[in-house]
Amino acid sequence: MSIFRRRAMGLGVIVTASLLVLAGCSSESDSAGGGAENCEAYAEYAGNEGTTVEIYTTIISPEADLFVESMQEFMDCTGINVNWNGSQEFEAQISVRVEGGTAPDLAIFPQPGLLAKFAGNGLVPAPAKVADSVDANYTADWKNYGTGPDGVFYAAPLGANVKSFVWYSPKTFADNGWSIPTTWAELLALSDEVAAGGDIQPWCAGFGSGDATGWVGTDWMEDLMLRFSDAATYDAWVSHDIAFNDPKVQTVIDEAAKILKNPKYVGDVASIATTTFQEGGAGIVDGTCAMHRQASFIGGILAADYGATIVNPEDTDVEGGITTFYFPGVSADQTPALGGGEFVAAFSDRPEVQAVQHYLTTPDWNNKKAALGGWFSANLGLDTANVADPVNKVAVEILQNATTFRFDASDLMPAAVGAGSFWKEMTAWVAENKSSKAVLDAIEASWPKN
Amino acid sequence: MKLTALVPQRSLWDTVLPNLVMLGSAIAAFLGIIFLLFVLAERSPNKIQNILKYVVFLAPAAVLLLIGLIYPAIRTLIYSFMNDDSSKFIGFENYVWAFTIPEIRIVLRNTLIWTILVPILATGIGLIIAYMTDRMKRAAVIKSLIFMPMAISFVGAGIIWRFVYAYEANVKRPEIGLLSSIWRAMEWEPRNWLLEAPLNTLLLIVVMVWIQTGFAMVVLSAAMKNIPDEITEAALLDGTSNWRRFTKITIPMIRATIVVVLTTITIGTLKVFDIVRTMTGGNFKTNVIANEMYSQSFRQMNYGTGSALAIILFIAIIPIIIYNVRQLRLERTER
Repeated sequence: MSIFRRRAMGLGVIVTASLLVLAGCSSESDSAGGGAENCEAYAEYAGNEGTTVEIYTTIISPEADLFVESMQEFMDCTGINVNWNGSQEFEAQISVRVEGGTAPDLAIFPQPGLLAKFAGNGLVPAPAKVADSVDANYTADWKNYGTGPDGVFYAAPLGANVKSFVWYSPKTFADNGWSIPTTWAELLALSDEVAAGGDIQPWCAGFGSGDATGWVGTDWMEDLMLRFSDAATYDAWVSHDIAFNDPKVQTVIDEAAKILKNPKYVGDVASIATTTFQEGGAGIVDGTCAMHRQASFIGGILAADYGATIVNPEDTDVEGGITTFYFPGVSADQTPALGGGEFVAAFSDRPEVQAVQHYLTTPDWNNKKAALGGWFSANLGLDTANVADPVNKVAVEILQNATTFRFDASDLMPAAVGAGSFWKEMTAWVAENKSSKAVLDAIEASWPKN
Repeated sequence: MKLTALVPQRSLWDTVLPNLVMLGSAIAAFLGIIFLLFVLAERSPNKIQNILKYVVFLAPAAVLLLIGLIYPAIRTLIYSFMNDDSSKFIGFENYVWAFTIPEIRIVLRNTLIWTILVPILATGIGLIIAYMTDRMKRAAVIKSLIFMPMAISFVGAGIIWRFVYAYEANVKRPEIGLLSSIWRAMEWEPRNWLLEAPLNTLLLIVVMVWIQTGFAMVVLSAAMKNIPDEITEAALLDGTSNWRRFTKITIPMIRATIVVVLTTITIGTLKVFDIVRTMTGGNFKTNVIANEMYSQSFRQMNYGTGSALAIILFIAIIPIIIYNVRQLRLERTER
């Protein structure tokens, strides 16, 4: 253990040192070019000159460079030196550091489960300023994910990601005169319309992912759970307060079957299981299928491996251009979102630590960071004009309009289900035409007893 | 900010040097201990010297065996009686689980099919090729081609063969599967090869046979070279047919080697997991014990059930190992 730790910390030192050098360079060029910076906006963080705040995180270079860049003005004006310590060993090392008495000032937790471990066990409750800022700038769901099992609010949201996307080609849609559906019924009606045309398969799907085959199916279930049940049921489903074969879950899987197990929509149902998730989306690029439900990351894969271009929905003339629309709710005004995000929690109550934690929740910083590209958050003050990427733009709109926001359920369930039977049974559901009821019964039976 | 910015980046040597120093001192310490041992051994009386001789030469191997084999084996055995995070004992529950989950019948059935078919096919084909290429000109070319898959890792082979078995249901999209393309060229309707049980298990077995045949061929071919020429020549003079020479001379002469090859491949097959994992992930009724063991331990983080499966696999292999060792001993006494 100690060897790992030393190595991780050594790495951290090197990363930080190089970042500081980098940061130093850029600040010098700033002051050389632009003259005096506008520091009035940072007045409320004043009084902490010459202090250092360490942020421990999984986010490493090159992403980390953009974080440091986005905080440069803050650092120059307040005199607070932010020491960005990125390590891929974060999830293992954070426990070691907290127990060893060398906890970082701030830690960026990539998932709420890990955060909960340190609630009442080293974490400092978020100060009123941070809580107020989160209340003003984020929806209540985000604040809840930053709240420990003890009911104390600890961690402010940082970045976000979104899964509730349907990918499509604006050109294919325009050529055929299809319009973007805004309800589940419209989505099915559009699927029927596409199927009736005969040339294009309405949906493409791929569950294949090596030893994680089936996770795509769990995402479908989660998205539909938020639509055909409410958030409270979703939480009860995650914590097993309702059985996995509860009639409410049965409703959800039956709705999923309307698309995924409909040969008119997806062609050969069984081969969904042998199609990899990367390949699954390829059909919308070459125009052999119309729609594909997948998280934002698939855009990068389709662009790199299948020659797709990410475009705006208005760009209807780009061959191979793809973009996304919101995976609709049951009604147009029901707009839940499925996704994930990071949370910033403090292990120290020094004023400069609180200042940094506070600053990261402000619309000011969120807009600065988003403007640097490739990143977005659920901050309600984030202006979509600062988000260049068309897909991220849709994601921000989804988050800001979200009636509810929930994390990926299978990630929160016990591993025997979330990384086991749930995947396997969703795979058998399409591959072996296993009935919905048999699938839910099998998953319920596999839920750990104690 | 400005101050820290002036701190130079650590050079490569700053990182490497401490490690080199550590390595150097470790080697020095090791040599020192060895030297001390030899000095002690030389100065001690004859009787102790005899014992010391064994200790000095056996201890390193014994210690490594203890750390690397015996200790993990005992821990696995203990874990198999404990719950998922190994925090409390739950008796035989994991074993009851292993033999009552509905999937276990498929897992055991598949493991059985694998352990019967792979050794027989790989050894059989290897034997035929070895016999055909024995005394053949340019046999080396054929043999190296057949031996080549041995050099490919199981995962690599799995990925290659997954492309062979790939299937595209949508006729408008390009077909990338070799087997499906052949089928279409023959105007037969291709199937989703990896999906249909029990065909898919047989197709996975083909991959393992493809890898192991080279091993069987090389070992058996070497054994055939050891058959004295006089016997073969005498048989030729007697006018025996090729087939009779093969069954009455070659096979009896290399019987012991065949058994060793068979058992070695059987043990390898019982442990097979990479091929299944890469090609189907254990889905579509292709699961085998070793794959389930890995999934339980490292995907679902249940060390209890994972260890129980490991122990079951271990017990299943024991008889084959005993047989293998006996055969090796027999062969030794025959010579």
